[in-house]
Amino acid sequence: MKHTKQHARNIRIKVLEMIHQARASHIGGCFSIADILAVLYTEILKFNPKKPEWPDRDRLILSKGHAAAALYATLSEFDFFSAKKLETFCKKNSALTGHCNYKVPGVEVSTGSLGHGLSLACGMALAAKAQRRKYRVFVILSDGEMDEGSTMEAALFAPHHKLDNLVTIIDYNKIQSFGLVKTVLNLEPLADKWRAFNWGVQSINGHNHAEIFSALSTLPLKKDRPSVVIANTIKGKGVSYMENSLAWHYRSPDDPLFQQALKELEQS
Amino acid sequence: MRNTFVDQLCKEAKKNKKIWLLTADLGFSALEPFMRAFPGRYINVGVAEQNMIGIAAGLSLSGYKVFVYSIANFPTLRCLEQIRNDICYHKLDVTVVSVGAGFSYGTQGYTHHGLEDVAVMRCLPHMNLIVPADPLETRAAVSLLCTHNGPAYLRLGKAGEKNLHTKKPPMKWGKAIKVTTGRDVLILASGSLLGEAQKAHDLAKDQGISVAVWSLPFIKPLDKKTITLAMKTFKLIVTLEESQIDGAMGSAIAELIAEQRGTKPLLRRMGVPNTILYNAYEQNDARKKCGLDARSLFIKIRGHPFFSQI
Repeated sequence: MKHTKQHARNIRIKVLEMIHQARASHIGGCFSIADILAVLYTEILKFNPKKPEWPDRDRLILSKGHAAAALYATLSEFDFFSAKKLETFCKKNSALTGHCNYKVPGVEVSTGSLGHGLSLACGMALAAKAQRRKYRVFVILSDGEMDEGSTMEAALFAPHHKLDNLVTIIDYNKIQSFGLVKTVLNLEPLADKWRAFNWGVQSINGHNHAEIFSALSTLPLKKDRPSVVIANTIKGKGVSYMENSLAWHYRSPDDPLFQQALKELEQS
Repeated sequence: MRNTFVDQLCKEAKKNKKIWLLTADLGFSALEPFMRAFPGRYINVGVAEQNMIGIAAGLSLSGYKVFVYSIANFPTLRCLEQIRNDICYHKLDVTVVSVGAGFSYGTQGYTHHGLEDVAVMRCLPHMNLIVPADPLETRAAVSLLCTHNGPAYLRLGKAGEKNLHTKKPPMKWGKAIKVTTGRDVLILASGSLLGEAQKAHDLAKDQGISVAVWSLPFIKPLDKKTITLAMKTFKLIVTLEESQIDGAMGSAIAELIAEQRGTKPLLRRMGVPNTILYNAYEQNDARKKCGLDARSLFIKIRGHPFFSQI
């Protein structure tokens, strides 16, 4: 797992640079999924950066499209395109928009409005079954996204159709746009809800690479059923002043805060 | 129209193995032929329109040609953002089919009046919008959709409509269909109101007014070329549709006329006057109430200053 740690750190540093340069938002939700992305791309997903549309690739949908910077940084880290391109994030005429854009190599679908990803993933998983292809479909949801009715529609659909090639990862950082999940719209008992919907369920520490790897390398979690990995994470993970802070859903670090964050990440 | 749609889709699906049909739990005694013939390419997703559109997008991204089916506003307004983001943004080969255009379900109340869909769907990038007038146009539309690749909206009436064309219409992608010839007035009708336009043509003829009637199944792409030419010929153009008048087909024609140079015909738009019918009406009664019947249409034409001397 040594490499995954290095990749996660690189992803965070790239994200920090992108968001600082672009004065963009959503850094907290990017950092909470950096470890998950690092393990997925290092150990789990089948892909070919030279052929991003290889038909048998595993699909990854970042349904929480506001964390696009983390996905772009990851795709660059895994050679889909050069790191130079990341400098164009949110800049004039760049494909690297603030929310995921499928015009960027390696980005499966455009997202940004919450509650779309799981349905799209159901369609892709269904297609894989119909075409007898072996690829799997991974979708990363935010916790706030669980509020969307469409997520619930898809959560009902996937087990009914035995989509055991579908894997949902919930970035459960427990802070949504305007407050704590438990005070805005409590999701608990979260694992029980998914169990009741007939999914295979596992809760993990979403920053522990061994736990992420272990959960994602024993799929499906339940025979003939889709899997959901509830990743307990920390919003802003990796930078002391960002951790568990709602403000870093919105703020962009100024120069001194950028330097401090960079230092902390480089020393991690 | 509904049964013709299913019949033609079955014929197409026999030839094209990539065709899927999804429904959001509607289509009883209509979709069964497809369901029986192609069980592996048919899914009732449940009462979940947003999910249905997302699934359709996922299937289409994996190489399939998908039709999604429901009634009235459910497959359009209920899941508009999924249509916008998942289908149109990615320019996917998904056709949204809605049965129950206009006041087809008139007695069922405003929730079931399909009136705002045309205006809303018209402004979506990459979206194509087809409103057939009768079963013959419906069959041709399904056939054309199966040779086309991209987002589309097919707005159908209900079951049991009669054919308005006497023979198979010359239906081409994005083209108007000339139904009757005339000199003075042009009626552009979309959907099954074409029948009222035909009757108005006869009423006007008896009074010596020469009315051309065209069916406009393609609201998008619009047959701009033919309609622009018609602006030079006719004194009056009347648009007729079973939609809220703001933003629908009549508005598309108004935009086209407004942006032309030179002499322009007068335009009268006939549609639902941005209103809600709170009580139950059969389709024909609802049309009369909104002034969308042949008689109202004829009066509108006759009252035009050009014809007041006749």
